[in-house]
Amino acid sequence: MTPVAIMDLSSFLQYLFSGLTVGATYGLTGLGFTIIFNTTGVINFAQGEFVMLGGMLAVAFQALLGLPLPVSVVLAVLGATLTGAVVERLAIRPVRTAPHINLIIITIGVSILIRSLVMLLWDRDTHTLPHFSGTEPITVGGATLMPQSLWILGITALVLVALRAFFSRSIFGKAMLACAHQRKAAWLVGISVEQMVLLSFMISAFVGAVGGVILAPMTMTAFDVGILLGLKGFAACILGGLGNPFGAAAGGLLLGVLESFGAGVISSAYKDAFAFIILLLLLFVRPSGLFGKAEVKRV
Amino acid sequence: MTCAPSSFSVPASYRSLVSVSVFFVCLLAMPYVLPNPYYVSTLTLACINAIIVVGLNLLLGFAGQISLGHAAFYGIAAYATGIATATYGLPMEAGFFIAVGLTGLVALLVGIPTLKLTGHYLAMGTLGFGIIVFIFLNESIELTGGPSGMVGIPRLALFGYEFWSDNAYFYLVSAVLCCILLLSLNLIRSRFGRALKAIHTSEKAAMCMGVDIARYKLAVFVFSALYAGVAGFLYAHYLGFVAPSSFGFHFSVQLIVMVVLGGMASVWGAVAGAIFLTVLPEFLRVFETIEPLIYGSILVLSMMFMPKGLAGGAEMLCRRARRLCGGLRAPAGAPEAGPQSGPESGQENGSTGALPTGQPPDAGAVRGGSNG
Repeated sequence: MTPVAIMDLSSFLQYLFSGLTVGATYGLTGLGFTIIFNTTGVINFAQGEFVMLGGMLAVAFQALLGLPLPVSVVLAVLGATLTGAVVERLAIRPVRTAPHINLIIITIGVSILIRSLVMLLWDRDTHTLPHFSGTEPITVGGATLMPQSLWILGITALVLVALRAFFSRSIFGKAMLACAHQRKAAWLVGISVEQMVLLSFMISAFVGAVGGVILAPMTMTAFDVGILLGLKGFAACILGGLGNPFGAAAGGLLLGVLESFGAGVISSAYKDAFAFIILLLLLFVRPSGLFGKAEVKRV
Repeated sequence: MTCAPSSFSVPASYRSLVSVSVFFVCLLAMPYVLPNPYYVSTLTLACINAIIVVGLNLLLGFAGQISLGHAAFYGIAAYATGIATATYGLPMEAGFFIAVGLTGLVALLVGIPTLKLTGHYLAMGTLGFGIIVFIFLNESIELTGGPSGMVGIPRLALFGYEFWSDNAYFYLVSAVLCCILLLSLNLIRSRFGRALKAIHTSEKAAMCMGVDIARYKLAVFVFSALYAGVAGFLYAHYLGFVAPSSFGFHFSVQLIVMVVLGGMASVWGAVAGAIFLTVLPEFLRVFETIEPLIYGSILVLSMMFMPKGLAGGAEMLCRRARRLCGGLRAPAGAPEAGPQSGPESGQENGSTGALPTGQPPDAGAVRGGSNG
């Protein structure tokens, strides 16, 4: 805690804001991982690609077709959601009984496919999306906060609340939880497990794309940003405890904040390493993540 | 199930000696078949990759433990020998022992806590390790040269012989690969190999049978890292240049894909996967921009339609061919396909146990359908 004590309030707030902003996107990506993991037991390595698609499609609609920003954003998210559905139908459903390691390889292949298609149809350059509501920074306690950060935190909170409501109130959400709990039992009571898997791919693509769209104005986006975002999202959901969507969101925020403080206090060069070292140390102490049930086999 | 291989033990190890020798002769013939130096250098890299993949296959295919950070071991060894020989001017032999020793030591230190994790948590642990090493190679500029890499690593010279020509280097790498193959084929048929397969099938059952799971997992982890260390040593002295980008997450994933595409739990499959996936992108260079697209499609389609990998596919073809020939034993046929398709099915019949017994009704049904 000493570095924080030495640090003055304004830089403390600055690191906190930037950490929370980036962490929210890690959280949304991690959320996508857990939703698919819960219904299929598979880590979808194309999750980062959904995030990239959100940002890149929004840029494409906005810059190429000249559509207004809100319309492009909505279309981009819908486009990514549709891609999620297509991926499930074409690449996952035909082989759903295959061993998990094969499914993971397929998702890696799908991520290469999506990445190279975007690169071919669009380009290799980095692009940026206009900020949603101007770039006039807000000053809070000596730290500056971009309005886009508020958008990111607000929309992330909204998505979390909506998902919570979806899982606890809607019949589809409950059916998905049932699948996550016991596939066979869910199937026996008449839940279409196939539909739920399709739905889970669509929801996770949706959530990932929302993350990509809201982050794009803050950081540049390009065809290959999905790899690192995907890795951070994976780290976030492991940090939170795999299988717990809200743990993933919390894990993402925590990871973002750790990274931001690590970069500010220790060294920006080792920013990414810092987050992963903390993650590894945590895994060695608590092998099931922060909020995971401690039922993971420890031999 | 695991008793079956031991009863074949003597003829099986004899068979593996024969098949590795045939493979070695095929490799030796390659520079004459493909006189273009570019092909030879591609094949050299393919063989170096095959050394790592055979090691990773012991861990992933046989023991069922995933490592998403295997490129890190490869990188540690390549940099260790580079720093020892180029920066400090030590002899090559010292470079070799430093590279392989350091890799083994790091694997031991990382493996002790990491291998307590299972499943996706293990994947994350090894992934995190790989990323940390990658960032270290990138950022500790005064030691490693940073993102632009390290130049001036001397060409390999062992015991006074300098491997200047590409062909000489290729022969050396082939010989090392074949030694590693022999070692691995014998290893999986040993008590050690059977313990690994038991751990893969059920850790609890293996524990009940008195297998010291933690120790075996750690041993195979260190062992597979040592393979990567040998490959890293060969790589650094072949190219004379190392850069962190060759040892990142992408390469770790590629290694896993090589194992899976080749066919898990098949030593020959690992070799086939490594050679196929190293040579393939070179052919795709012709298509330039759509190269990754084709690479991705091949990955997805082969996993969908050939889920047991190249080894499984070759095995099925072999069985069909054998039936068509009326029970004639198909010997190693064409020199190129021979070592990958011919002997390997025989090996794997003995070693995988469960797979072959699951196959025949399947293949029979397919053939019955084609007859009717």
